[in-house]
Amino acid sequence: MKFLRDLLDKQKPLFHKGGKLENLFYLYEAGETFLFSPNHTNGIKGAQVKDAIDLKRMMITVVIAMIPCLLFGIYNTGHQHFLATGQTAGLWDDFGPKSLLGLQLVLPIVIVAYAAGGLVEAGFAVVRKHPINEGFLVTGMLIPLIVPATLPLWQVALGTIFAVIIAKEVFGGTGMNILNVAMTARAFLYFAYPAQISGDQVWTYLGDKAPVDGFSGATALAVAYNAGVDEQPVTQALAEHNSVLGDGLFSFYNMFMGWIPGSIGETSTLMALVGALILVATGVASWKIIVSGFAGAYLMGLVMNLFAVNEYMAMSPEYHWVVGGLAFGIVFMATDPVSAAQTETGKWIYGLLIGILTVIIRVTNPAYPEGIMLAVLFMNVFAPLIDYYVVKANKNRRLQRATV
Amino acid sequence: MSKTIKLKKGFDIKLAGKAEKQLGDFQRAQTFAIKPADFIGMQRPKVTVNEGDSVKAGTPILFDKAMDSVQFVSPVSGEIVEIKRGDKRKLLEIKILADEVVSYESFEKFTESSLKTIGKETAIAQLCKSGVWPQLIQRPFGIIANPQDSPKSIFISGFDTNPLAPDYAFALKGEEKYFKAGILVLQKLTSGKVHLGLELDAEIAPVFANVQGVQINKFSGPHPAGNVGIHIHHIDPINKGEIVWTISPFGVIQMGKLFLEGKYDASKVIAVTGSEAKKAVYAKTYLGACVDTLVKGNLKQDHIRVVSGNVLTGEKINTDGYLGYYANQITLLPEGDYYEFLGWMKPTSDKLSYHRALGLLSFLTPNKEYVLDTNVRGEERAFVQTGVFESVTPMDILPVYLLKAILAEDFDEMEELGIYEVVEEDLALCEFVDVSKHPVQEIIRKGIDLIQYS
Repeated sequence: MKFLRDLLDKQKPLFHKGGKLENLFYLYEAGETFLFSPNHTNGIKGAQVKDAIDLKRMMITVVIAMIPCLLFGIYNTGHQHFLATGQTAGLWDDFGPKSLLGLQLVLPIVIVAYAAGGLVEAGFAVVRKHPINEGFLVTGMLIPLIVPATLPLWQVALGTIFAVIIAKEVFGGTGMNILNVAMTARAFLYFAYPAQISGDQVWTYLGDKAPVDGFSGATALAVAYNAGVDEQPVTQALAEHNSVLGDGLFSFYNMFMGWIPGSIGETSTLMALVGALILVATGVASWKIIVSGFAGAYLMGLVMNLFAVNEYMAMSPEYHWVVGGLAFGIVFMATDPVSAAQTETGKWIYGLLIGILTVIIRVTNPAYPEGIMLAVLFMNVFAPLIDYYVVKANKNRRLQRATV
Repeated sequence: MSKTIKLKKGFDIKLAGKAEKQLGDFQRAQTFAIKPADFIGMQRPKVTVNEGDSVKAGTPILFDKAMDSVQFVSPVSGEIVEIKRGDKRKLLEIKILADEVVSYESFEKFTESSLKTIGKETAIAQLCKSGVWPQLIQRPFGIIANPQDSPKSIFISGFDTNPLAPDYAFALKGEEKYFKAGILVLQKLTSGKVHLGLELDAEIAPVFANVQGVQINKFSGPHPAGNVGIHIHHIDPINKGEIVWTISPFGVIQMGKLFLEGKYDASKVIAVTGSEAKKAVYAKTYLGACVDTLVKGNLKQDHIRVVSGNVLTGEKINTDGYLGYYANQITLLPEGDYYEFLGWMKPTSDKLSYHRALGLLSFLTPNKEYVLDTNVRGEERAFVQTGVFESVTPMDILPVYLLKAILAEDFDEMEELGIYEVVEEDLALCEFVDVSKHPVQEIIRKGIDLIQYS
């Protein structure tokens, strides 16, 4: 450690004012503070001791919470390929080859997302002279988890660059953004290149192998939506789906566990809940948003049941929790503290509305099978309005006290 | 009508180095100093003595041209040895070399029964000229009270929940008579009530027992439950245009002594605390004392910081610096100017955190006493995490919105969000727990200054 410290200290003058590489100061600083917490001490007046937390530690906690989803996603990517091409049927057969294939597909996406976003981040840090934002640690991991494994790498790069610039840096960086950065990346790709991120051809990697006869690559959401159109009970449609590959592929249990096609990290409700557990136990994410998000989806599912005019609307509400990316979106996207509501009362309303909107978009909108992406972005925009009224209530209480 | 308020929000910073309940045998300080910077709101300080003048305890040495009836006096008798000025002749310190035996200026004396009959004007005049007046602090703004105002109520907090704070039961032992007399004086200054806030479920300190003429309110909960600002918020909140005064128990006792004994007595018992103190005990000294006799020979190591006051709201001073005017303790901490390899992700159980993020294990040992140094523990960032400030602020106030309003210099917003109800100490915990390391107290003072002077 002494050696590293000496090395850093020796290079320091180069990057300080007047040094040859003074323009790259924030790059140096990012590296230095990554390796060593700075030796700054508290000021003359005010708090003389400080809490051990910092933003780096908070952000790395979120990254750790995503790891179960990532690992699961890697294996499931391989598993879905082996299943669709008829190579194995059992869940744990061919564990090695499945993991390896998953790694081959997912790892490049993760690397590209981090590299592309990291470059933009570093570029802005140098030009705008601000420290490199730790928020990118999280964004760079979130983006790979919400795209299909078959997405071309250049699209991963493009989506990430677009989101980091347009959703974050133009507003001034982490803490100033209005929209969730990762969701913006996905929305950009969704509307710019729909062929690679929607439909039923992209969710399962086939490679140069032919799928089993009768294989359909549709996601559970699409199956559920089509059941509504075809006047067939959703549970029946889900049960019969892809029966050539085996029974009960889209059973409630399987969908909860996540052994279904979809974006890399969002298929497993269980892993999202493990992540939620980490985030809530460490106090990093708001449990209020998570609870009210799930509650909102369930409630809206019930309301849909009441007014059901088709089979999708009649679907049992708990299915909304396990199909699509609702769980992942609520746990990791909705809870982003910067783009979410920032008042405690506001968080309840914000989460609830995300759940409600997701189900409305899913069930009533023919164009977008998944609702969580648009629901989160939509509520990101409305979060300041929710907060505005909560803050106004606080001001009114103060005002009323004065006039009584 | 006494009230009981149970607070849940807040956080106790448990530190090693609590003062034992005994008086240490420290040498009395040689020099004393009055620092104008201690008096918040002092605008144009004017010195009335010259170097070489001899003064008694209670001799005026300074006043504020903006409020010239209030005198600031020498805490001890002796010789003015230095009037220290900084850039642009800014007055920094007035240093006094103390006599062996303190002699006092004499002021009018009263008996307990005659105290009850004196008028408001007499009381104010005596307080102003004797130098006791600056103990009265005005809310909003946390500045020295203006003798021409009439506050709607006066608040005293009878317990201190700050880290390693002195125990009033010990520090104010034997001052019962003077506290009662001080209350009699305070009653003349307000048309409303005098409130005394005490800790719920704690034994009442002798000094506060059987005090007449105050409303006793009881509070429970973690720090900042003992802050007078929190008491005001829950008992008699300040609305725009209203004025409340606050005073510390020490100030009340000083008042009592002034009227019963006819002298300005600046002696006080302070706590010498902190993990780096060899002997963490109480010490008898005077306002503005040089701390060298308390510090030298009482350190476990050399690389330390001396804090006048507590670790949340205190001020760094030199090892031969001077005790702040309002400070009741000094805290000796290890200095934290070191790099730490991967300090931001290393699991740690010996650094205190309010949070539970990855590797912060202090929540597992809630009763452990921590040795904390002065390292910032990270870098300053934009506001990211939400809900944390609210959870350590037991008031109906949204600290982050208030801070943002101040940063944006939005006056209406500041007013509506409650700038009149806070001073630095009320939001000091926010500064401690802040993930993004904002100078919260500095921002609050900036906001108060904006509102006050424009």
